[in-house]
Amino acid sequence: MAGSRSDAAFESAHLEPITVTTQPNMDPEVERGFRHFRNMLTIRTFEEAVVKARLAGAIRGSVHPYIGEEAIAVGICANLGDEDFVASYHRGHGHTIARGADPAAMMLELYGRKGGTCGGKGGSMHVADISRGMLGANGVIGDGVTIAVGAAQAAKLLGKDSVVVAFFGDGGLNRGPVLESFNWAKTFDLPVLFVCEDNKFASTTRTKTVTAGPGPVARAAGFGLHAETVDGNDVIAVDQLSGEMIGKIREGAGPMFLHAVTYRVRGHLATDPARYRRPEEVLRHTLLDPIVRCEAWLRHHDIGDEVIDREKKNAEDYIVGAIAAAEAAPFPGVAEFIADVQDIGAPTWPA
Amino acid sequence: MARMTYSEAAKLALAEEMRRDPTVWALGEDLGPEGGVAGQYRGLQAEFGPQRIVDTPISESTIMGSAVGAAAAGTRPVVELRYCDFGLCAADEIVNQAAKIRYMTGGQARAPLVIRQTIGIREGLAAQHSQSTEAIWTHIPGLVAVAPSTPADNRALLKAAIRCDDPVVYMEHKELWTIEGEVPEEETVDELGRASVWREGSDLTIVSWSTAVHAADAACRELAEKGIEAELIDLRTLYPWDKERVFESVEKTGRLLVTHESCRFMGFGAEILAETAEEMFGALKTPPIRIGAPRIPIPFSEPLENLCRMTAPRVVAAAEKLMGHG
Repeated sequence: MAGSRSDAAFESAHLEPITVTTQPNMDPEVERGFRHFRNMLTIRTFEEAVVKARLAGAIRGSVHPYIGEEAIAVGICANLGDEDFVASYHRGHGHTIARGADPAAMMLELYGRKGGTCGGKGGSMHVADISRGMLGANGVIGDGVTIAVGAAQAAKLLGKDSVVVAFFGDGGLNRGPVLESFNWAKTFDLPVLFVCEDNKFASTTRTKTVTAGPGPVARAAGFGLHAETVDGNDVIAVDQLSGEMIGKIREGAGPMFLHAVTYRVRGHLATDPARYRRPEEVLRHTLLDPIVRCEAWLRHHDIGDEVIDREKKNAEDYIVGAIAAAEAAPFPGVAEFIADVQDIGAPTWPA
Repeated sequence: MARMTYSEAAKLALAEEMRRDPTVWALGEDLGPEGGVAGQYRGLQAEFGPQRIVDTPISESTIMGSAVGAAAAGTRPVVELRYCDFGLCAADEIVNQAAKIRYMTGGQARAPLVIRQTIGIREGLAAQHSQSTEAIWTHIPGLVAVAPSTPADNRALLKAAIRCDDPVVYMEHKELWTIEGEVPEEETVDELGRASVWREGSDLTIVSWSTAVHAADAACRELAEKGIEAELIDLRTLYPWDKERVFESVEKTGRLLVTHESCRFMGFGAEILAETAEEMFGALKTPPIRIGAPRIPIPFSEPLENLCRMTAPRVVAAAEKLMGHG
């Protein structure tokens, strides 16, 4: 059921979980959409707070906001279960939250503090929650895709019916390992859903100016992958289409490719003002915001202001608490610095 | 004891580990019908099936990257990259993913995998199939680096590498595939990070690994005839190297010679000399020496290729220089 993993995440959170009050007798379809709304809101609120903290210097390093692309992670991860995996890329906070990781622990991670998802040693670009089948964001474009196909191969070898989702961007479609992985997954008939989050920019370059051929779907189809396109800002559409595809993959239909069309309304990095495009263009896409659209969908299904405003306030309060907790948390120390390098020849190795 | 080749010993080790642990599997190019470049996988696909001895496309990045994902998802892949020169096509996945996934995730994930890539010169394979790149991997935190020199070690160390929870770069030498040696009947798993002493001696310490150990061994016999008793230490594991055993020997002999086939400049011998100079300066009677290949790509033409090889006469000459006879 959609959202069930997120509930588990909030139960394990350091903070009081966000209260979700669904209406009694809510239609299951509306309830599913409502959970999508709530999950997207969590990601958005998290990301807005992280951008602010990065600009204020409270968070260090590279931060790649997922703002405006939330519907893709949320819609797809709603169709995954405990045995499934996702692998992500540098813009990975949304996938991690959508997979049910604890946003408060993620905030600790981004602040480089003890108790962070990776003990403060990974940061934004390496956030991971293996217990929730989230194999990690990744600092190298395309590498998460190779990791994803390997996880699928392992699952197959171990006789599990897991599905693995490989998230990557439109820029990633020009990396060799990604193209190798398409061939690989098809050759070995692996249960992988490749998801190209096409936000139109490869870092600060318009992807179309550096990409040959008729587009992502044709490129994927060239490897024999069943390929579909979806409006990546429509969470209901993403949920439905990816749900169908994941269902078929789980039944043994082999790897598939989903081209999720969106737009990067913010810069490549939190610190990138993205002056390489006109404000009108950004504004046009901002009007297609997935959360605004989901909100409209909920109103159409008789969910009123009171409920929507309450969810917004809950998410806001939760993230404010997560930021405060992160700012107050201790840094990892020498014990953590030298831990988890390797067993043989660890920094404490006798010789 | 059973007599077998270095290649057969490796095959035996993998087969034993695959029988013992159903999560062990191997992937790489040409493992099935031909059984690998040296027959080191011959017959294994027939026993274990194409799901566990996997013939892959020529996609080094994905061979290596998928192994990291497969390891994180609960299996123990043995990656065959054929030549260390091709291992460079997967350098990103080795260095940025396999070596770091455990640390970056704060210990949530591990990459228990073996990265087999042959090193060394063999019969005119020229510049892109003859290199010895071990120093690249020893430099990377998170990796273990192993270079076995005998059939017995190849069996015992490959088994240890497969059981190790760290990513192990496992470098077999192409020229050693056909050498024969005694291998214990019983299963032996060696401890990684421990050297083996081929020969004891009190005049100088010779440290080496892989095929260069054989040249050093021949040199030791020649030196003995000249009244020079060398202690020969085969490191076997380069990271972590057995500093304790080497220092114990240097304490005794006061003289150190490191010999390897890879380039002398920035070769792993440089690290051994530096550590010895820092920590054992007082024990040294003479400045230590390292010998290796010139910093020149491996040429095709035989007489030129030979100038890159490590040979017994070169080791003897260096040892005599160290003894003040040179």
